[in-house]
Amino acid sequence: MTITEFTPLTGLLGGALIGLSAVLLMAGHGRIAGASGIFAGLLTLKFDEEFNWQLVFIVGMLIGAAFSALSFFDTSSITFNGGPLTTIAGGLFVGVGTVLGSGCTSGHGICGLSRFSKRSLAATCTFMAVAILTVFVTRHVLGA
Amino acid sequence: MGRLAILLSGLLFGTGVTVSGMVNPMKVLNFLDIFGQWDATLIFVMGAGLIVTSLGYQIIFRRSAPLFATSFRLPTSQDIDTKLLGGAALFGLGWGISGFCPGPAIASLVFGRMESITFVLAMSAGMILTKQIQNRAQTSKA
Repeated sequence: MTITEFTPLTGLLGGALIGLSAVLLMAGHGRIAGASGIFAGLLTLKFDEEFNWQLVFIVGMLIGAAFSALSFFDTSSITFNGGPLTTIAGGLFVGVGTVLGSGCTSGHGICGLSRFSKRSLAATCTFMAVAILTVFVTRHVLGA
Repeated sequence: MGRLAILLSGLLFGTGVTVSGMVNPMKVLNFLDIFGQWDATLIFVMGAGLIVTSLGYQIIFRRSAPLFATSFRLPTSQDIDTKLLGGAALFGLGWGISGFCPGPAIASLVFGRMESITFVLAMSAGMILTKQIQNRAQTSKA
């Protein structure tokens, strides 16, 4: 376990940027800015109009992250949890769960709650609760 | 213009998840660890994101259509069913063991770390597999 610094100001800034992203995508293209849905759409490899805008969005995301890393964000602070098995299991669960549950932190947690969707509220409460419980069990019960 | 708005939206998203620190799995896990070394940063990320988005949506939805497309495409389902809750629970489990959710994981690919690549590959496999099973179930029903 590595202690991370409480950074409310960059948190607010980052959150506001994610919000602006969601607002811009809805205002311009009429779509929900949900990372899992947009990325899963790309994986269908149907090279249609859907694929086209989803690819543009993901490319934009990568440019944004690269720009941040080159200018002000120190990527050396990034610390991963556990070994390759943890990473693979985490990825698998997140992939299966976000397709079944129709969304993730951005789609349900930001966009869904912002349009007062009851489904998104139920999903967000569920994944937050399970994630908190998972961390509690792995860190304080199993002591990993 | 339409494409440019989408690119800019993606750019803001990628910058946002990076600036906020969500691309750092340890920071996310420390947020989820409310009984340990709690890092409350993500509350501020969620809070700012929700304020900006809900206010923005209020203004946008006064229009009948978006600027560069014919209509708003919003989810229509209202059912809170086991699929939704089971999926959300599985996602929470994966998020809780790795500290990664899809947006930050995808954005972090450009930092070139092996863990990011592994995570996104595993996530992609999970997504493709689930979609295939869903498609098969739908075809057999029809």
